[in-house]
Amino acid sequence: MMGGFSWTYFFFMVQSIGWTLVLSALAFVLGGAGGFLVMLARISPRAWLRRPAMLFIECVQGIPLLILLFIVYFGLSVYGLVLPALVAAGLAMMIYTSAYLGDIWRGCVEAMPRPQWEASECLSLTRWQTLRLVIIPQATRLSLPPTIGFLVQLIKMTSLASVIGFVELTRAGQIINNSIFQPFLVFLLVGTFYFLLCYPLSRWSASMERKLNVSHR
Amino acid sequence: MNFSLDFSPLAPYWPVFLHGAWLTLKMTTLAVIVGVTIGIFVAFAKNSPNRWLARSCSAYIEVVRNTPFLVQIFLLYFGLASLGIRMPTFAAAVLAMIINIAAYAAEIIRAGIDSVPRGQIEAAQCLGLSVWRIRWHVMLQPAIERVYPALTSQFLLMMQASAMASQISAEELTAIANTVQSDTFRSLETYIVVAALYLVLAILVKLVAYAIGETIFKRRRTLRRAAAQGRRSPVSRLPATDPAGMAPLAHVPYVHPASRPVAVNTAASLRIEGSAS
Repeated sequence: MMGGFSWTYFFFMVQSIGWTLVLSALAFVLGGAGGFLVMLARISPRAWLRRPAMLFIECVQGIPLLILLFIVYFGLSVYGLVLPALVAAGLAMMIYTSAYLGDIWRGCVEAMPRPQWEASECLSLTRWQTLRLVIIPQATRLSLPPTIGFLVQLIKMTSLASVIGFVELTRAGQIINNSIFQPFLVFLLVGTFYFLLCYPLSRWSASMERKLNVSHR
Repeated sequence: MNFSLDFSPLAPYWPVFLHGAWLTLKMTTLAVIVGVTIGIFVAFAKNSPNRWLARSCSAYIEVVRNTPFLVQIFLLYFGLASLGIRMPTFAAAVLAMIINIAAYAAEIIRAGIDSVPRGQIEAAQCLGLSVWRIRWHVMLQPAIERVYPALTSQFLLMMQASAMASQISAEELTAIANTVQSDTFRSLETYIVVAALYLVLAILVKLVAYAIGETIFKRRRTLRRAAAQGRRSPVSRLPATDPAGMAPLAHVPYVHPASRPVAVNTAASLRIEGSAS
């Protein structure tokens, strides 16, 4: 039975890690840009910007990514847009990421002490200048550990793209399993690959968090 | 291409949807209760002086936290079945959820336990409390209260992760959606309805978690009782026995007469205006 698993399958799996990384990077970069806009809207003094951003965050955080994926995938196809699975998955994960990163970054920006804003105002900086020159550089340092932590979540979440047929690591595992039927071995290997991707990032995030805490005390 | 949303074909399916939502809620509740209980033990074991126990606990936590839930479910359901251990989909899904949430809860609770000041534990030791009493009264209860918001959001994430159980066709909300959409061919509408149901469930879980949080923590109960007593103090000059008088006081803080006349004045001026015209 063990002879069923050969190096061909192994290399197929290693290749599919590339697609997992591509999807994660796509979702992270696009979602990061979206998340930045959501964050700006969420901390805006104007209620007509702040309220929709709040509603958006609440809605996306209340819906499972799987359902979001289905809505985007089927939603686009009924309007006649037949997109490759990568685009549909990337779009759904971008929406998901922008809501979570927007919320994380809002927390970091709001954690900046009030006097920073007041001092900038005394220097007659505009709101945008204050954000760009004073608040965001400091908030970036604070936001790095949770952002990396979210990146780990994101890499794990790309496994859901297998459901709409995008061939990434989990889907590759399913395909191999369908042909040799050794689920224990195959999914153990898939899990190991995910662990190897995520564990260094988790450690990095945790060590940064520790350093930040030490410097703050 | 013209397409308009049409929800009417879904109307006959609402009991099915509700059943799926109920099953999702049941799975989540079961997983949360068992998972948190295990998580508490794992959190203590991770700090234990026994190095092997501590090592294996942190290995368990790291492995679960760094692999996708979907792969965990597959490994548990298909993997164990190939080794000869077969279980129904519902049991497999709940078991995967328990294993998953126990690791996350252990990590969150451990952070709470670490935040208990060392002096408090030493004080409890000086008072001669047994190890388990210290763990329960001094370490665990304040720790859980402190990390309760983080735990609650983890429960919500778990409820969303339960959607992945549809991939081993456990009959919860998402799996039901898959069935209904293949019956009615209204895929987009089905998933919008299901998304709305998940939102409602999320709000429900948040409310329940809030209500539980307000009742189970002794410190919060004591604080609330003290606050209520403060409001009932003789300064308020209202008979404490009068239930009608007490009802609004439960929400409105007592206002000293000196800062009240604004309301009186407007009433008086209205009366004057009324009499003038």
